[in-house]
Amino acid sequence: MITYVANRAIQFVLALIVASVVVFALMSILPGNAAQVALGTNATPDAVAALEAQYGLDQPPVIRYFNWVVGMLSGDFGTSYVTGAAITPVIVGSVQVTAILVIAAIILAIVIAVPLGTFAALEQRNWIGVTISALSQIGIAVPNFLAAIILVIIFSLTLGWFPSQGWMAPVEGFGGFLIRLVLPVVSLALVQAAILTRYVRSAVLDVMREDYIRTARAKGLTRTKALFVHGLRNAAIPVITVAGVQLATLLVGAVIIEQIFVIPGIGSELVRAVANRDLVTVQGIVMVLVFLVLIINLIVDVLYPIVDPRIRNAS
Amino acid sequence: MKTPRVSSWMAAVVASSLFLAGCSAGASDSGEQAKKDSMTIAFTAEPVNLDFTSTSGIAIPEALMENVYESLVRVDGEGEIQPGLAEDWDVSEDRKTYTFHLQKGVKFSNGAGLTSEDVKFSYERVHNDWKNALKSKMDVVDSIETPDDLTVKISLKKPSNTWLFNMSSLVGAVFDTEGTDDLANEAIGTGPFAIEKFSRGQSIDFAARDDYWGEKPAVSKVQFKYFKDAVSASNALKSGEIDVVSNLQAPELAGEFQSSDYQIISGTTNGEVVLSMNNAKGIFKDKKAREAVMHAIDRKAVLDTAWAGYGELIGSMVPPTDPYYEDLTKVWDYDPAKAKDLVREAGIEGETFAFTVPNLPYAKAISEIVSAQLAEVGLKADIETQEFPAVWLDKTFTEHKFDMSVINHAEPRDILTVFSNDYYIGYDDSKTKKIAEKADTGTEEEYVSGMKEIAKTITEDAASDFLFLFPNLVIAKAEVAGIPANRVSDSFRIADLSWN
Repeated sequence: MITYVANRAIQFVLALIVASVVVFALMSILPGNAAQVALGTNATPDAVAALEAQYGLDQPPVIRYFNWVVGMLSGDFGTSYVTGAAITPVIVGSVQVTAILVIAAIILAIVIAVPLGTFAALEQRNWIGVTISALSQIGIAVPNFLAAIILVIIFSLTLGWFPSQGWMAPVEGFGGFLIRLVLPVVSLALVQAAILTRYVRSAVLDVMREDYIRTARAKGLTRTKALFVHGLRNAAIPVITVAGVQLATLLVGAVIIEQIFVIPGIGSELVRAVANRDLVTVQGIVMVLVFLVLIINLIVDVLYPIVDPRIRNAS
Repeated sequence: MKTPRVSSWMAAVVASSLFLAGCSAGASDSGEQAKKDSMTIAFTAEPVNLDFTSTSGIAIPEALMENVYESLVRVDGEGEIQPGLAEDWDVSEDRKTYTFHLQKGVKFSNGAGLTSEDVKFSYERVHNDWKNALKSKMDVVDSIETPDDLTVKISLKKPSNTWLFNMSSLVGAVFDTEGTDDLANEAIGTGPFAIEKFSRGQSIDFAARDDYWGEKPAVSKVQFKYFKDAVSASNALKSGEIDVVSNLQAPELAGEFQSSDYQIISGTTNGEVVLSMNNAKGIFKDKKAREAVMHAIDRKAVLDTAWAGYGELIGSMVPPTDPYYEDLTKVWDYDPAKAKDLVREAGIEGETFAFTVPNLPYAKAISEIVSAQLAEVGLKADIETQEFPAVWLDKTFTEHKFDMSVINHAEPRDILTVFSNDYYIGYDDSKTKKIAEKADTGTEEEYVSGMKEIAKTITEDAASDFLFLFPNLVIAKAEVAGIPANRVSDSFRIADLSWN
């Protein structure tokens, strides 16, 4: 178990190093001059050159890379060319927002998908199971921004239950925070729930064909009881994997929902930074996203042996 | 075991949904009460910081000029210069020295009083410390003297008609001598409002100042809220979360607001939507080729298709609110047959040219209909969409790698900048430069007639096609009054807003 976790941790660090090099290199070859963008359409070449020197853009890339990495290791992502402000607080603030959004969405997705998927598997031959399968298929086909638009039209513009946009930090008012959270979270969760439902269904179907379920049934357990007592934990492995991937996808994928609902998350911050050629901020945000995605993968990897003793013992 | 857990979970869901329903009812109630004293306005371009002395773009001055910062003079909705922090001013005989008399009792939001020293400090700072390229507008200033606390004497290197107008823009902003330490985050000005809260990327909260020297604003709390997406902004207006959409970026949505609950205002801006052609090299170096384009394009159809008919045909680089405006829409009539002849004469039939299009809604919409119209006369556009601002500025604007592009040139009175030799269009300004020099140093009449001549010359040279004037399309609740219809300066003035 310890070697298993240590191996994963080493992989994690290596991936992070490779990612930092790739991110930095990509930013360096991107067209667009940060100094030119900051100065606008009326800038003289002299002024652009002077600002480049001030930003340190005239230094060799290797030196800029090391300065950047050393800064990040001490929690300092540098100063934005465009805003002139420190980047770390911007990233920390927006990551919190996205984390709330994404974690709420994935929890909602799991809460919807696990019972539905299980139900669909148990009732696979009658109309309930077929209906659930069909609905989940539709859910997968609907992109989350379309879900968002439909939800806004129904629940905000027509019924007036929820605001159509906006964000409030929980400390500013918890009721206001919750009510603004509902539509974006539901928009994100519906699609993920649809996908997850199908995985849960097939995982449960697989498990139900296993010998130990037949044995449990032979001992006199009902199908449902056999599943709950012996099956669900086994079905959890593929579901955890998919949920982990979904969580990682949502971190970046929430960007459209953030734009529609005017939510100051990391995706909005990234889009803004790219548009402004705020390269230091882009680099910082991408690294944080890479870090988070890798962390999620690491957690999923560590969860396997905890859930499944076979993996634990094999390692 | 399982059943009770599920039902308690269900109970939680029901309870929380009831709680949420309660919240929503409560929220809208309190919203109604607070309405008369506050207003929320949607904007598109968001300020990345509060410092326009180092960051270019419209977003920061739009929020801060006239609201937080003030200049000695301001421009009203008709384009006329009005007193600002200067009560009045005298101009010397040789028109090189301006003596401004400051308003009495003006205080900065940090409590400091306004003196002539602040003005001198601010304007010298433009030259010495500003990074915004617009600072060149103050280059003509030679020296600034402060004979007493309320008098500022500014001497110019040569007479200039444009200078006083330029002073109404952000270069004229007056800062406190002690108030420029953290301009990116803290704006200390003399204006009717102070910034209460700046949430970057989201909103700016303005609060009316009790110690403002002029007339107190009718609405004491104003919020600017930034929407990337026009549909989100229009939804927020429909559901009553905001009161005004300041410049709707999707004019096709305006139709949804044609009811007595809302008002649709379509005013002018300083933004000329220019179908720019590379005069210096490539297919459009030949004037005949450019003339062909001028005849090939049905500007009315472009306006109707690309921007739902909101906007105004202008035919030159001058908006109607400028003193030297002249209707030049008849210079180049829509005549595809003539355009075809010109294409043949220029020997460019069937040739392909590079059309670089910034990824902005209006530019993309225009590029499609323009290429269709050009195809009719035998010119093939190779459209390349470029991310704006970064890639467009790099490839088209700086490296001049384009034959045709389309962009809204939004700065006020920018005809001489855009049509100068070294600008991306590469217009040969040998004729216009001399006229401009004479116009700027001449009398006001000479200025107006000189500038008219320049505008006409540029249009007749077919330097670029002036498609239309970008509209200031404002949608607001019917009860909102005092919205500036025309955008002639770089600011969005909120002091005149009120509720009916």
